[in-house]
Formats: sequence, C-alpha cells, structure tokens
Amino acid sequence: MSVTFEEPTLRAQVHPVRNYLTEDGSLASWLLTTDHKRIALLYLGSITLFFFLGGAAAALMRLQLITPGGYIVAPETYNRLFTMHGIIMVWFFLVPSVPVTMGNFVVPLMLGARDLAFPRLNLFSWYLFVAGGLVTLYALFVGGLDTGWTFYTPLSTNYVQGALVAAAVGIFISGFSSIATGLNFIVTIHRLRPPGMTFYRMPLFLWSIYATSVIYVLGTPVLAITLVLLTFEHVFHVGVFDPSLGGDPLLFQHLFWFYSHPAVYIMILPGMGVISEIVSTFSQKGIFGYKFIAWSSISIAVIGFFVWGHHMFVAGTSIYSSIVFSLLSYLVAVPSAIKVFNWIGTLHKGFIRFDAPMLYALGFIGLFTVGGLTGLFTAALAVDVHVTQTYFVVAHFHYIMVGGMVSAYFAGLHYWWPKITGRMYPEMYARVAAVLIFLGFNITFFPQFILGYLGMPRRYATYAPEFQVLNVLSSAGASILAIAYAMPLFYLGWSLVYGRRALANPWGATGLEWQAASPPIKENFVVTPVITGPPYDYPRPELVGRHV
Amino acid sequence: MSEVAGPRSLQYETPAHQADAAMVGMWLFLATELLFFGGLFLTFLVCRHQHPLGFALAGRNTELVIGAVNTVLLVTSSASYGAGLLLIERGSRRGLVLALAVTAALGASFLILKGFEWRDDFRRHLFPGAGFGLSGEDAGGAQLFFAFYFIATGLHGVHMLVGLGLLGWLALRARGGAFDRGWTTPVAVVGLYWSFVDMVWLILFPLIYLLGRAG
Repeated sequence: MSVTFEEPTLRAQVHPVRNYLTEDGSLASWLLTTDHKRIALLYLGSITLFFFLGGAAAALMRLQLITPGGYIVAPETYNRLFTMHGIIMVWFFLVPSVPVTMGNFVVPLMLGARDLAFPRLNLFSWYLFVAGGLVTLYALFVGGLDTGWTFYTPLSTNYVQGALVAAAVGIFISGFSSIATGLNFIVTIHRLRPPGMTFYRMPLFLWSIYATSVIYVLGTPVLAITLVLLTFEHVFHVGVFDPSLGGDPLLFQHLFWFYSHPAVYIMILPGMGVISEIVSTFSQKGIFGYKFIAWSSISIAVIGFFVWGHHMFVAGTSIYSSIVFSLLSYLVAVPSAIKVFNWIGTLHKGFIRFDAPMLYALGFIGLFTVGGLTGLFTAALAVDVHVTQTYFVVAHFHYIMVGGMVSAYFAGLHYWWPKITGRMYPEMYARVAAVLIFLGFNITFFPQFILGYLGMPRRYATYAPEFQVLNVLSSAGASILAIAYAMPLFYLGWSLVYGRRALANPWGATGLEWQAASPPIKENFVVTPVITGPPYDYPRPELVGRHV
Repeated sequence: MSEVAGPRSLQYETPAHQADAAMVGMWLFLATELLFFGGLFLTFLVCRHQHPLGFALAGRNTELVIGAVNTVLLVTSSASYGAGLLLIERGSRRGLVLALAVTAALGASFLILKGFEWRDDFRRHLFPGAGFGLSGEDAGGAQLFFAFYFIATGLHGVHMLVGLGLLGWLALRARGGAFDRGWTTPVAVVGLYWSFVDMVWLILFPLIYLLGRAG
C-alpha cells in the first residue's frame, strides 16, 4: 500500500519512546482502558482460558471413547461433557476468537485510525463477555446440562437435567457482547477510513470482518429472543416449543438455526480474512482476484442466512423446503471455493516463505477444503439421511471449525504477534507446533469420517466394539493435538520476555498496521496516513526476477 | 451538521464526524432490535396460525381500553420528544427540559397503566399455567397467547424503563447546560431509540388487542 509520511513523523513512529503497553502499568489502567489494543489483549486472555476449558472437556471425551464400554465417566457425565465442550467452544471461543482479538487489535491500525468508533462500547463488550462467561461457567460447574449446545426442545424444556436457565442467561449476555463488537466494526469501517482508502483499497481482512459483523448484528438478536422464549417455557411450562402443550418443536429449530447457521460463518469468515493477508504476505505477491475474495465474503454472509433448513432434513420438514435448502447450501459453497482458488492463484509464481504463519495458513487451506467438500455431501438430501447424526457430521464441522478456524486463529496470532508484543516468537518451535497441529488434527478427525460413514452415531458414551480401532486412532491423534495446542502457550509466553525485538514490519508486508511501530504507540499513528494506491502493492514477480 | 460543536474523541477528525458516527451506531443498534422483536413477532404469528381459535379467545380477553389509551400516550410522547429536539436545535434549553419532562410523564403513565393491566390479568388468572382463567377446548391456544402477551409486553416494558432512564439522564445534562444549538446529538440519538420503542408498540397493539376481536 502506498502511504505518504513526513520524514520526521516516520522516524518517531518506527522508534517510539513509549508504547501502548508501557503507557501506564496499573491494574485500573487495564481494566478501565478504552484502547482497542489493550481490550484485544483482555479478550485474548479470556478466550484462551475458555479454549483450554473446552479442550479439557474434549480430552475427557476422547479418553472415554478409547474403549467401547467407556469406563472413565458415566453416560450422564459424558452428555454434560459434550454439552460443555460445545457451549464453551462455540460461544466463548470460536464466535469471538479472531474478531475480538486480532480484529480489535488491527482493524483500527489497518484503517490508519486511532481507535474504533466507540471505544467505551468496546470495553463494555468485554465486560459483557466476561459476565456471560462467568454465568455460563457457573451453570457448567454446578452440574452442567445434558442437552448438547443446540438446546433442542422438548428435551431442553421438559427433560433437561441441570442448569439450563443459567446457561441460557450466560449465552444471552455474551450475545450482546457480539452485537456490540459487530456494531463497532461496521461503524468504524464506514466512518473511520483514512483519506483515499476506498472500499476497494481496504485489506481483505477488513472485508471479512465487515461481513462477520453483519452476521453478528443481524443473527445474534434472533438467538437472544429464542433463548428468552426457551427460558420462559422451561420456567413456566408454557408450550411455545413443546408439542404436548400445543407448541411446535420445529419452530425452535428454525429460530435456533436462523442464528446458528450464520454463526458458522461468523466462525470461519474472519479466519478467511486472516488467510488472505498471510498468503499474500508470504508469497510477496499481490492477492489474486481481490474483488472476488472481497465479494465472496459478503456473499457468504448473505447466502449464509438462507441455508439454515439443512440442519433439519430429517426433522420432518417438507421435502420441498428441503430441496430448496439443499440447493442454497450448494450455492454457499461457490464463494468459499472462489476464495480457495484465489489463494492458490496467489501462491502461483510467488516468492513463498514457509514461516509459521504461512504453515498454519496452508494447513487452513487444506483442512478447510476437506471440511467444505464434505459439507457438500451433507447438503445432498439422500446422503444426509445416511450420515446425519453420525461422526461424519462431527468430522465435517471440526474440519471447518478446528482445522480451519483454529488454524487461522493461530496463523493470525503468530503473524501479528510481533506487532502486538513487539517481540518475535521462536520460529522453529512455532513451525513444529504448526506441523504437529496439522498432523494431530488429521489423525483425530479423519477416522471420524470413516466411523460416521460406517454408521457410528454421535453423542453416545459407548459404542459397538467393531469401531474401536478407529476410535483409538482418533484418541491418539487428540493427544498429539493437545500437546501441539499447549506449545504456543509456552513459547509465546517465553517470547514475551526473551523474544528478539521485532521491527515495525518484520514480514515485509504491505498494509497500514505494519507502518505503525511494534508495539504501536497508544494513538497508533501520529498523523493520519493518506492512501494513494491499491492494497497488496507488491512488485509483480516477473519484474522481481528469479528466486533468491 | 457542519457546525457541530460537541466533544471530539481522538479517533475523529471533527465533532461533526463523531456526531455522525453516533447516529449511524444507533441506527445499526435499532436494526438488531428489529431482529430481536422480529423473532418474537414471527413466533407469535406462527402459533396464531396453528391455534386461531385459542388466540381469538384470548385476544377478546385483553383490556382494549387500556391498550388503546396506552397507544395514544406513546404516540403523543414521541411527538413531545420531537418537539424537544426541535426546541434545542433552536437554542431553547428550557424548552428541551420541559419536553423531556412531558415525554417522561407520558412514558411513566404508560407503564403505570400497564401495571394496572397486568394486575387485572393476574387477578383473572390469565398468567399461563395451572389454574388458567379461561376454559374450554381453546384454552391451550389461549395460554400460548398469554405467554406471548407477558413476554412481549414485559420486554417492551424493559425497553421503556431503559428509555425513561435515558430521558432522565438527558434532562439532567440539559439542565446543566450540556446541550445547545450546536450540540444536540445525544438528544437525537436517544430520540431514535424512543421512537423505535414506540413503533414496536404500534405492532404489538394490533397483535394483542385487535386481531382476536376482528370478525
């Protein structure tokens, strides 16, 4: 990106005397901060905690499934474990993940802005998130609940054992933190772009954050009202959703998936934005098909609102609505495929570097493609009848959510780590972790495709003995994955103290965030930059010549 | 809005720039509110479609007079709020405070009447559950109706309470001289919210009080 700075200003930005971390070290200055960079770090700490809590539940489940009889926990406990895993990972890790951490940190930087549009609202959103998280944790630790994260009625209203109300209240509260974050990003992207930055000059990360925010803002309130109705029904036994009281259980599924399917795209679109940045940077080449990638984010957000019915193919909806939802689900694959092809087009003839962020990003592309293609299987009506409610579905969405989004999350974390902390992470450890995550992930989840295809149902604490070999393989992979996920915690923590000092632009990337110091000063930029050219303005490979 | 003379945070170029962003933010928030209440209206209509007779029976047992008076009160309150905004844009702080007081009085009257209505509903055992006051084969649908009735009017009431709080905050700041001809944005932003809550009621009123009585 072409940026013009006055020479003295430039020097001041590269070597700041103070930065946002050293500005004021008191606890109050952190807890009452309105600085988007500090709020990003508050969020980073919170969601890391939730990630390992949700991961611990998954680890117990994989331990249980090593033997067909499952001797570790009772079936009732197992039900609570997968519910806890789902609720924590969906609402307290994946939905916030990239937007609240890297989004909060780099959106204003990418815009050359000094903060988000509503800094106090941003801080408030973190408090809402923490409050919602605490209430949910309370629900999970006073006994949890056994409905699965989807709260299907009438199971959740009449037969649930455990703290349904507290869980629903916690998710309800944290939903408003999503709404506040999305609202903040949309207004910021509309109102705080610097002079000369048109929409088509924005980095693709901003397009994906914008698309995500639209879903945050329009989807989350529907979940909120659904949870209100659910809680009311559970407490007062009035049947909005309960057939024995005159209600309609399918109505709950419609309302729930009207949020929760778009939420799937909340959980992947920001990751796609991260990958677009990284693929371009580590190919040292302009992004291929910029406008296609940009508009595919918007297309995914829009089409994503019209595919919810594919969660209900076997729930008794009419065959005609199923056909329409099946076709629309195929349609949403098109923009996703456009992105994958354009990333590969970007790699073509690029000067590719295999730094850790790039390894994570390449892992993302492969795993996301597998997850996306198996999504087409489940979108096909006839095949879905066979594989729905089996481990095939479990494997499918974990390839998207974990193989895709968690990889992208780590990719972005490593990519922007020098900017966030001012320190370089240890490259070799990071590469080992990236490769281990890729291997561990595949060993964990690929067997589950086969298990599902063979007919092993999901959400059971025990299984038929002929499935044991593949289950042991899956659990073995999970142990690799557990170690690989813990690794960044240690070496990134180590780098905070011992890491090499980072330059302002260690990757030779374009993008305004790399024009600010590492770590940035509190105000990000001394003067507002003026944008005079397109993003990803790398020299064309044929002009650079041969590989060095 | 080129002559805005309000405060400016560090990320904005001018006070007008910031004022503009505040308006955009409130409009977007109202979009989320629309989806929130939209889910409720949708569920209401689906259930009404499945239980037409029960919903009609229940609708005939609502208190039309209180509902109608409340509608008048709310619409009037939006008008007085609009007058307040016009007055401060012409520089009249006293006018704004007065208009806010009238608006708050109308809003509070709405809530008081609503309280009386709820008290009567409880007396007639219209809260759904065991011992429900209406009987007959349509009573099940009627219970569903009253579940919606209490959820919808309850959520609307909570929005009214928040609105009253905002009115009080604005009135205190206006009395302290916070607003003048060049700085009216908070008044305009809260006005958007107040009118939205008003409009939610304009949908709730026919759904609750009128549909069951027609035909």
